[in-house]
Amino acid sequence: MAAAGVLHGRVDARRFETNAATRESPWVRRAILAVALGFFALFLLLPLVAVFAEALRKGWGTYVVALTDPDALAAVRLTLLVAAISVPLNLVFGVAAAWSIAKFEFRGKHVLTTLIDLPFSVSPVIAGLIFVLLFGAHGWFGAWLIENDIKIIFAVPGIVLATVFITVPFVARELIPLMEAQGREEEEAATVLGANGWQTFWRVTLPNIKWGLLYGVILCNARAMGEFGAVSVVSGHIRGMTNTMPLHVEILYNEYNFAAAFAVASLLALLALVTLCLKSFIEWKAGQAAKDTE
Amino acid sequence: MSAATFFNPTRQTRVLPGFGLSLGYTLVYLSLMVLIPLSAVFLKASTLSWAEFWDIVSAPRVVATYQLSFGASLLAAAINAVFGLALAWALVRYTFPGKKIIDALVDLPFALPTAVAGIALTALYAGNGWLGSVLEPLGFKVAFTPTGVLVALVFIGVPFVVRTVQPILEDLETELEEAAASLGAQRWTIFRRVILPILTPALLTGFALAFARAVGEYGSVIFIAGNIPMVSEITPLIIITKLEQYDYVGATAIAVVMLVFSFVMLLAINLLQAWSARRTGRNR
Repeated sequence: MAAAGVLHGRVDARRFETNAATRESPWVRRAILAVALGFFALFLLLPLVAVFAEALRKGWGTYVVALTDPDALAAVRLTLLVAAISVPLNLVFGVAAAWSIAKFEFRGKHVLTTLIDLPFSVSPVIAGLIFVLLFGAHGWFGAWLIENDIKIIFAVPGIVLATVFITVPFVARELIPLMEAQGREEEEAATVLGANGWQTFWRVTLPNIKWGLLYGVILCNARAMGEFGAVSVVSGHIRGMTNTMPLHVEILYNEYNFAAAFAVASLLALLALVTLCLKSFIEWKAGQAAKDTE
Repeated sequence: MSAATFFNPTRQTRVLPGFGLSLGYTLVYLSLMVLIPLSAVFLKASTLSWAEFWDIVSAPRVVATYQLSFGASLLAAAINAVFGLALAWALVRYTFPGKKIIDALVDLPFALPTAVAGIALTALYAGNGWLGSVLEPLGFKVAFTPTGVLVALVFIGVPFVVRTVQPILEDLETELEEAAASLGAQRWTIFRRVILPILTPALLTGFALAFARAVGEYGSVIFIAGNIPMVSEITPLIIITKLEQYDYVGATAIAVVMLVFSFVMLLAINLLQAWSARRTGRNR
């Protein structure tokens, strides 16, 4: 669950450090810094460094071979395809949900907001299980699907469904608080001046929410490309067919092909780093925009 | 939203268009993608009698997974509450080199695919890994033991506490501490009596979020856990094991237990967030 503090400008720490009432004695400060940075290094930095170190342990030659393997390339293509379907679906949903929740008053609004967050609280394994129960060979629609020769489980549609389920909340939960904070005065003014709904949305709302929207999209994309548990249940792990990149990493790892597993994993780690860079950039941009309007 | 507009009865007239379309689309999409599929779990479980259900969810091997999943998750969330608070404190109150990069990297567990985290942690803590080769001669075996499960759950929980506490710390008025200091309070007393009570709801929210996430976590745990029945097997894994044996009913029954837990946690987190908003005056 993405935490609060979204698009929240950082405060200058010197405000606290120069004030005798809000600073600690030098050795307490050093102790807190040591504990905090030690924890950071041990649990976040070291695993990240390990991915790249293991990937390059046997040299660049092995690294390149692992990434140009046909099964690896098929996994990359499938991962991109799954993200290309699930991110736009949840983008449209997020905008629609935020428009109805932030711009109108209706009963059950709080319940609806909670229901949108539901996939965050469900274990990924259960997210996969529900689609097996619906579309698996022994599922509700299993017999009908077999009769009509449609494959969902152990095929690409199942992977897409599980990924969409997991990533439903990402865009909506960034936009709802943002659009609620912006209120509806600007849109109402546009409507009163004669703009129709689409004009109001494209020319007034979208420019106001673009950074929040982008923020939700990159987080949604990172999760869609990296989802493992839910996809693992519905995929069937067929090499070159239903393996996404995280599943390909698992297969290589379980075959003790560590260098190749970490090579593919390093691509996903790069994706994570790009996501975090974009995220910081958007936070900075949104902070600038907030300062300009003040 | 101010209280005045909220209670204003003239709000009933809707100027903006698109209410029916956007709400209708939201409800249909959410029902098709989330609510109807989730209800499949409960419908499938309802084919079981209560006694059958109870036999499945209270089998010794399953109970052992609850003990590990819930116990390790609680401990991981507690570790994150302590060290996450220290990290949030350092990020808000101190200047040090590399701070911006560290701040950005706190979200790594959200961005890094769980399978990648899982194999990276295993490589670090295995007998020949950077940390394992130091720890194992000292008698601490981490990889392929319940301790490994704990390490993975601490990793995925890091951002929750930091990101819920950080904004509250940033918004804290320095006047409060100045007043306490001018009245003669020591720094530790100020932290305990002034700052900590303001942070408590956010700290508990972060703890609950990390705990809820950890219980359901799968990808980062299975590589390092060793997955030995009765010892280092987590609850999500036993659902997968039952599925692979085509025991759909068994998998579903355990899924119901986990879902009910998730709903209770969701409710608790909502209440905690409401409390946090009231305590700090932040409008969320």
